[in-house]
Amino acid sequence: MTKLSALPTLSRFAHLSLSLRLSLAIGVILVAGGIVVAVAALAYGQQAAQTTFDRLLIGAANQISASITIVDGAPVADLPITALELLALARDDRIVYRVVGPDNETLTGSNSPTIPPLNDDISFFYDSVSNEPVRLVAVRRHFAERGYSGTVTTLVGHTLRSREALAWEIVRSALGVLAIAAVFMVVLAGFAVWSALAPLRRIERALLARDPKDVSPLDIAVPRELDAIVEAINRFMSRIKRQMDVLQNLISDSAHQLRTPITALRAQAQLALEEPDPARRTEMLDRVHQRAVGLSRLTDQMLNRAMVIHRTDASSRETLDLRKVAIAAAESFDDGKIFENGTLRLEMPDDELPVRGDFMSLVEATKNLISNALTHGVAPVCVHTGRREDLPCLWVSDQGAGLDENQVKSIGGRFARKDMPGQSRIASATHGSGIGLSIAAAVAQAHTSELFAKQLNSSFEIGFCLDMHPKKGPE
Amino acid sequence: MRVAILVLSLWILTSSVSAQEAIADFGPAGAAQRMLIRSTTDIEVFGPVLETFLDDRPGLAIHYEQWGSNDLSALTATQCEQGGEVADLVISSAVDLQVELVNRGCARAHLSPLVAALNPSRNWRNEVIGITEEPAVLIYNKDLVSDREAPASRFDLIDLLRPEESRFAGRVATYDIEASGLGYLFAFSDSLQANTFGRLLEAFGRSRAVATCCSAEIIDAVAEGKYLVAYNVLGSYALARAARDPRIGVRAPTDYTLMLSRAALIPKDASAALLAGSLIDFLLSTAGRRALTAAHLIVEVGGPDDIEGDLFGGGASSLRPIPLGPVLLASMDRQKRKLFLDQWNDNLAAP
Repeated sequence: MTKLSALPTLSRFAHLSLSLRLSLAIGVILVAGGIVVAVAALAYGQQAAQTTFDRLLIGAANQISASITIVDGAPVADLPITALELLALARDDRIVYRVVGPDNETLTGSNSPTIPPLNDDISFFYDSVSNEPVRLVAVRRHFAERGYSGTVTTLVGHTLRSREALAWEIVRSALGVLAIAAVFMVVLAGFAVWSALAPLRRIERALLARDPKDVSPLDIAVPRELDAIVEAINRFMSRIKRQMDVLQNLISDSAHQLRTPITALRAQAQLALEEPDPARRTEMLDRVHQRAVGLSRLTDQMLNRAMVIHRTDASSRETLDLRKVAIAAAESFDDGKIFENGTLRLEMPDDELPVRGDFMSLVEATKNLISNALTHGVAPVCVHTGRREDLPCLWVSDQGAGLDENQVKSIGGRFARKDMPGQSRIASATHGSGIGLSIAAAVAQAHTSELFAKQLNSSFEIGFCLDMHPKKGPE
Repeated sequence: MRVAILVLSLWILTSSVSAQEAIADFGPAGAAQRMLIRSTTDIEVFGPVLETFLDDRPGLAIHYEQWGSNDLSALTATQCEQGGEVADLVISSAVDLQVELVNRGCARAHLSPLVAALNPSRNWRNEVIGITEEPAVLIYNKDLVSDREAPASRFDLIDLLRPEESRFAGRVATYDIEASGLGYLFAFSDSLQANTFGRLLEAFGRSRAVATCCSAEIIDAVAEGKYLVAYNVLGSYALARAARDPRIGVRAPTDYTLMLSRAALIPKDASAALLAGSLIDFLLSTAGRRALTAAHLIVEVGGPDDIEGDLFGGGASSLRPIPLGPVLLASMDRQKRKLFLDQWNDNLAAP
């Protein structure tokens, strides 16, 4: 989750707050929606206003037209008040009406506007009266009576103010509804952001409220989408916990294991200083030297173990050939004669033994197994690689009595169960070889495996088998 | 502030060419702002109202021209198309002509809270605004007609005229609607109000009622006893006269009372439109209404149960304002007018 912000091109967007993102999205929706609604409402409003007021015009024109009678052979309109009242419903509009005879002569009403060519008995058109646009309807009425025949056209029109007012009224109402919806959406979005971020705040609070040394997994109910984050945090925590444990173990083990030999060394050196006999002193100094060598190996192994355990947490796994691990480990013991005199042998199949793991840790573990066999076992020591129950395995055999099952178990568990009685005994009795085996055990564990040990008739085998596809362990 | 009438002159012009009947100037001669008002209202009646208006406006002078309603309308229409010395405010009792001017697009809107608060019948498009409240009334000669006998409604009038030997026969007068625009407007509005109109017209015809001109002459004749009753007289004139002539009795018909609101409009090319607007607002304000009431241009019609008004009538619920609006255009329609006049003349003959 930190990787996103590391990408420079995405960083600006990555830092954008969720509220802002949602606001932007909603803003776009509202603006686009507002434009669409406004345009639609305007079109609809104009249509509605047109229809409404055209009906007024037709109604008035029909009334006037119907009031025309033939009196003494001439058409006479008895202008109905109701027609004007109908037109007056468009409260702010000026009115124009005109009744025109067959010869285009004005019978009554104003002298303008002129009648355009008409196809239907009812037709609408626009004109203007004293510089203001007007909408007009022309209604034709055909007379064929005794003494008079011809077509009388009634024109009725009014200005457009009420139409426009109605159209805008409709637009305003639509936009009003949209505004209410917008407020509602904004509030809803705010609530959504607030509630969606609430679990993150819970996690934040839980982390802040913790004791600085508390690296136990978080136990918080979060939405499914955040499970991954909590899991990642917990995995991260467990890694920190393991590192802390390693450090703690290393420190306490080192303190414990180094203190005794150093005290002994000091005592022997003291004795040697006080020894008057040069021959004995030389002998004692020799022992001091041996002790010092042992101590340096012990220190070496302890640092190696810390390194190995660190690597199992820190290094990434790769696919490698287990045979190469055996060869690399064995070669480190090559002093020019160990292979020639048959003290150490390698035994391996022709085919590759692919496993996933950390090469250096595995080599270190194998070296410790070999070293242990060379030190405590009986030659010849043989490094085997091969398949056991179809799993790629690596084991070291010698001809000695080896360790019993309990000892193997205690070695494997010594770092996890620090308080186990007898651990220091094993460590001191084996001059640090326990550390060697424990490194091997830790490596096996880090590879989701464990050490196995087998006492055969005349030989002892110790090693590990690796799964090619281990269950997901520490990264 | 005391405003003197600087000039008051009166011309009686026989020429048919349009011209003002009288002019007057209000306010200081050297005022920074000037406004021209053309009106059908008599200077003596409207002058005090203008003086009240000018009391608070020392920098304003008003030139007032008094016109006949047809001439004023014709002049305004001509200036609307051709320009000229356009008035800043045109006030006319011929509200139908005023509405027609607005319908022709000759007026400009005056928007103000007072205008917006007006009853819709007194405002069309904010361009023609009713400023007065003047009922059409019945007047009678108090010496010759007792209060009990005096008609309170059109039904009473019809009943008075019904008997064959009625002493009212031939002694009821109303406007000659062909000669008087106001008389025509009242008669036309009557025809829209109720079917009493037909019966009244019939009664007038049977009793040989007299159609004559004009307000002053009719009121004089009633005062002198030539006519006993006159129908549809403009209440403002009648009340002004009754105030100084005890022979005149005034009643608002209780069945319904037509209410005329003199219409003011600002011509579209007016140069002092803002001043004209402020005068309209003044006339609609409390102070303006008080001044108009004093001039009998706002008349309160009392009723049996109601408050006492300026005259007896049917109370507020009987009032029928003549609405400023396109419906008035019908009264001006050529053929409609001819049909209406024919109907009138079939019943009433000029004296």
